[in-house]
Amino acid sequence: MEERAHLEVSGLTKRFGGLVAVKDMALSVAAGRILGLIGPNGSGKSTVMKLIMGIERPDSGSVRMNGVNVAGWPSHKIARMGAGIVFQHSRPLHRQTVLENIKLALLPDKLTRLLADPKTDEQARMIAARVGLSAVLDRRPATLPFADLRKIEIAKAIARNPSVLLIDEPFAGLTGKETAAFSDLICELRDDGRAVLLVDHNVKSVARLVDRVIAMYVGERIAEGTADEVMHNETVRRVYLGGRIETASRPESSFRDAVTPFLELDNVSVHYGKAQALQSVSIHVHEREFVSVVGLNGAGKTTMFNAISGLLPYSGDIRRQGGSLRGRSAAAIARGGIVHCPESRELFTEMTVRENLDLGGQHLPPAECAAQIEWLFELFPILRQRQRQTAGTLSGGEQQMLTIARALMMKPKLLMLDEPTLGLAPVILEQISKALERLRQTTDVTVLLAEQNVTFALPHADRVYVLEHARIVWEGGPARFAAEMGTGYL
Amino acid sequence: MRSLSTARVLLILLCVIALASFLPLWASGYILGLLTLAYYFGVFAMAWDLLFGFAGEVNFGPTFLIGVGAYTAGILDNLYQPPIWLCIGAGTAAAVTGGLVLALPALRLRGPYFGLVTLVAVLILQNFIIVDAHLTGGEIGLTVPDVISISDSVNYEIALWFMAISGAILFSLSRSPVGLILQASGQDAMQAGALGFNVTKHKLTAFVISAFFSGLAGSLMVFYLGSASVGTFIDITVGVQIIIAAVLGGRRTILGAVLGAVFLVAMSEALRPLGDLSNFVVFTMALIVILIYPNGFFGLLTRSKEGA
Repeated sequence: MEERAHLEVSGLTKRFGGLVAVKDMALSVAAGRILGLIGPNGSGKSTVMKLIMGIERPDSGSVRMNGVNVAGWPSHKIARMGAGIVFQHSRPLHRQTVLENIKLALLPDKLTRLLADPKTDEQARMIAARVGLSAVLDRRPATLPFADLRKIEIAKAIARNPSVLLIDEPFAGLTGKETAAFSDLICELRDDGRAVLLVDHNVKSVARLVDRVIAMYVGERIAEGTADEVMHNETVRRVYLGGRIETASRPESSFRDAVTPFLELDNVSVHYGKAQALQSVSIHVHEREFVSVVGLNGAGKTTMFNAISGLLPYSGDIRRQGGSLRGRSAAAIARGGIVHCPESRELFTEMTVRENLDLGGQHLPPAECAAQIEWLFELFPILRQRQRQTAGTLSGGEQQMLTIARALMMKPKLLMLDEPTLGLAPVILEQISKALERLRQTTDVTVLLAEQNVTFALPHADRVYVLEHARIVWEGGPARFAAEMGTGYL
Repeated sequence: MRSLSTARVLLILLCVIALASFLPLWASGYILGLLTLAYYFGVFAMAWDLLFGFAGEVNFGPTFLIGVGAYTAGILDNLYQPPIWLCIGAGTAAAVTGGLVLALPALRLRGPYFGLVTLVAVLILQNFIIVDAHLTGGEIGLTVPDVISISDSVNYEIALWFMAISGAILFSLSRSPVGLILQASGQDAMQAGALGFNVTKHKLTAFVISAFFSGLAGSLMVFYLGSASVGTFIDITVGVQIIIAAVLGGRRTILGAVLGAVFLVAMSEALRPLGDLSNFVVFTMALIVILIYPNGFFGLLTRSKEGA
């Protein structure tokens, strides 16, 4: 059997300022094959996809498409070389029908084409039939369910008959049944002789489809092989699960507020348009307890935090010490002591470290503010040295420390940390880890931590919840987690 | 459903234009003069909507394109008195060239910076005209020796049919495959690129087309008014009025812009007895309409006809 590599990437490197997002990446996909590119959030896999498609320009390396090096070309030229991409977020033209949206992808890039080619219509209908959109051709995208919107994206991507197809998180937001239908469609596209690259967070979701898998971590390739090989690879296991997990949990009965926990989520659901982001979630957190919510990206962790912070409308109830938070503004909730460190950090990048901290302590009397800053400099010594630097010039790890420190300036009762380890090197993780441990030993603060990095999440947890596809699927102590949930986590 | 209602709206518009062409039989010269201006204004607003509504670029300086066209045509006539059509042609060509020179570097910028560049361009043009007074007439204005016609009715019919034809061209363009690509480029440039469309090329073309109609309308208007001044063609407030007209009429509709333009001119006239207050009232009304109906008059019209 002849195997021609349709897509061949080598030495691909991309830096964003001081951050190396992708380092010396290599991969190749042959016609009629599916390659899975997996890695935790922040590992650089999406950047690889953007570099291949020309949405970002690589700093070095080559991207060969059917033999031609297209690295550094603008994306419309790369598209004409036979590449197609299915974006994770669909943004169709809302004033046009489904059919018109597909027709758009079939149009030539010409300014002189003022009348549509009658063949376009026929072609668009054929593509729609193939992806299963025939019944809704004349509807507007806004009236369609989420799975159909994804189908429109696929239809657009295959309209130009690409020989290389990149798909970002193919199954995000889909139900089990829809996932199966989508898998079949992807297999069909492979059987047409296309080279397919699936980008996803974990091996499990793409294992049934892929011929080979490449795993990435912090910009680098850490493993390659069949899905099974990668799942059993030591390095991969360490990245996802951690090596030896040390846990030091306090039993739930040791917290005094057993009857009315500090924070309670009661049947909370959140919808983003058509997609359900959180489904009947009920959790509770005791005062002084450290609780970790573990789940892959897209599971709904950030949504849950945003709901607690009052940033999103939700159904169900969220109570603090028995009193409902519904109807209170995000600012009021934060002032009340529920402080959120968002995944995106939201630092004031043009201000210095000191100014960022001072802002966090605005409501404190000056003496108390100074004392608090002094305490934080002990907690994160590196910040003392960086005081006069603007936040934007800090490394990723230092920015994360500053984010936590700024939140602590508000003297929170409950600190919510959303993915603090995102894209950070192991050394930095250790420093943040130590700081959290000190918080647990020496203060009264309550912590709710959302993580996909289990190694980081477990040691600091008194209790763990697992969030999967918008639902809580497991609750228990960290010691039991490795035994009961560990293998399902790759 | 939608195409049906659009067809019906087009039919109604055609009837309105046909009726409007009989207006000179009974309307006074004063009313005709007002409407003539409103029609040119409508073309400015339609050309602007092509950029904002479809290419997704906010051009804060529509008067740069109009001004370059109008003043080029006017100055040429003032200096050499060539045939009027030559002046109009030169004005249009100058606007297109000016648009290209402005858009080529500006389209590299993202977000609000494009808008800022277009805004600064207006200020530069305005200052150039004031400083270079011996050529442009400066703050006093430029008097043009020729006019197309001294008959109110002839001027009115020229403006009406110029607007109708421009509207037809711009509207068909917006509904053509090129318009679809333009709309995709405006809404999600990254995806449009990934589908194989050269986004910059399409946006640049939109800018050039917008410049063409703005420049042509500006040149024609000079030979209607017989004069050109910063206050009528270039001042930032003129540009803001064009933008308000387009948004009021309905973004991404092209034709709505004409409704907005006629509304603005008609209201200012109707409220003239209020004196200085009239503009205040007109703009307040515009603000209310934009806040309550962001889709504008035309959006309201087509939506109500679509039914549930």
